[in-house]
Amino acid sequence: MSTDPTEPPPHVSIQVFFDGIIAAVRSVFFYVLVGNYVGLGALAHEVGFSFWWMALSTMLIWAAPAQVILVSTLTTASLWEVALAVTLSSVRFLPMVAAILPVMRRPGVRQRNLLLPMHLTAISVWVEGMRLLPLMPVERRIAFYNGLGVGLMSGAVIGGAIGFVLAAKLPPLLSAALLFFTPMAILMSSARNSRTLLDGLAFVLGLVVGPIVAAQKIGLDLMWTGLIAGTIAYVVHRLREARRGRAT
Amino acid sequence: MSATLHELGPMFALILVGFLPNEVWRLVGLMLVHGLDEKSQVIVWVRAVATAMLAGVLAQLILSTSGPLASIPVSVRIGAAMLGFVAFLIAKRSVFAGVLTGEAAILLGTYWFGT
Repeated sequence: MSTDPTEPPPHVSIQVFFDGIIAAVRSVFFYVLVGNYVGLGALAHEVGFSFWWMALSTMLIWAAPAQVILVSTLTTASLWEVALAVTLSSVRFLPMVAAILPVMRRPGVRQRNLLLPMHLTAISVWVEGMRLLPLMPVERRIAFYNGLGVGLMSGAVIGGAIGFVLAAKLPPLLSAALLFFTPMAILMSSARNSRTLLDGLAFVLGLVVGPIVAAQKIGLDLMWTGLIAGTIAYVVHRLREARRGRAT
Repeated sequence: MSATLHELGPMFALILVGFLPNEVWRLVGLMLVHGLDEKSQVIVWVRAVATAMLAGVLAQLILSTSGPLASIPVSVRIGAAMLGFVAFLIAKRSVFAGVLTGEAAILLGTYWFGT
C-alpha cells in the first residue's frame, strides 16, 4: 500500500500529539477544568457513585453540564427524564463539531480518523483548537487536536479524582468560585480568539440574544440563541462582503 | 479496574442515559459535514452559530439562577466579569490575568456585598 506523500511519518504524528498535550497544559482551560471537576467529583462521591464511574463518565460524556445532570438526577429521576435532560444540555456539540472537523480534514482522511477528534470536542478543546489549528500545516492538525483533547480531558479526570478523594462538601463560596472559572475562561479566550468581524459579532450578539431568549421561557435557549444570533452575524458578514466586492 | 455486579447497574445507566444522548449531537455534527469544505458558506454560518451558542453559555453561567453560583448576587457576578475583562485588556490580552482577576473580584465582591 503506497502512502500519501503528504502523510507525516508516525514519529512526527506522535511528536505533534505531544505538542497538543503541551498546548493543553499551557491553556487556561486545563486549570479551569481541574477546578470545575473538583466540584463535580465531590458531588459524585456525595451521591454515592464510585471513583471509576466518575472517571469513566468524564471520558465518555466529556461535558460538565451533562455530567452534573447525570450525577444529580440519576438516583432520583426516571431514566427517560435523565436522558432527555442530558440531550437537551448538549445541543452545542453539533455546530462545534461541524465547524472544527472541516478545519482538520484534507483529501484522503477517512471518516473514522475523525471519530476521536469528534468525541474530544468540548467547549475548551474547541476554543483552543479554533485558535491553534489554523497556525499549523493541515496534515498535522488531527494529531495535534487529539493531543489537545486528551490533555484537557486529563485535567478534568484529575480534577474529578481530587474532588472525589477530598469528598468533603465544599464551602458554598468555594464551589461558586470554582464554577465561575468557566464563564471567565470563555469570555477571555473568545475575546482573544475573535479575529474576524463574524466571530466578534456572533459572540456579542449571542451575549445579547441569550438572556432575551431565556426570558421568553420557550426552552432550548442555547439552540435558539445560536441560530438567531449566529444567523444575524452571518447575514451582516455576507452583506459586508458583497459591498466590499462591489467596491473593488 | 474490575466492575462488580453492583457496579454494572450504574455503568450501564452511564452509557444508556449519559453517553448516548450526549454523543448523538457530536455524531450528527460529524455526519452533516461529510464532504464539506472549511471555506464553504454553510461551515462559515455553522461557525457563527457555534460562537453565538458559546456566548449563550457564558450568559447562562453569569446570570444563572440555580446551582452554587446563584448564592452570589448577579450584580457581583457581572461586576467581577467586567473587572476581569478590563484586567485582560490591560495585561495585553492575557487570559490568565483576566481569569485570576475575575476570580479575585468574585471572592472579594461576595465577601463585601454578599448575603
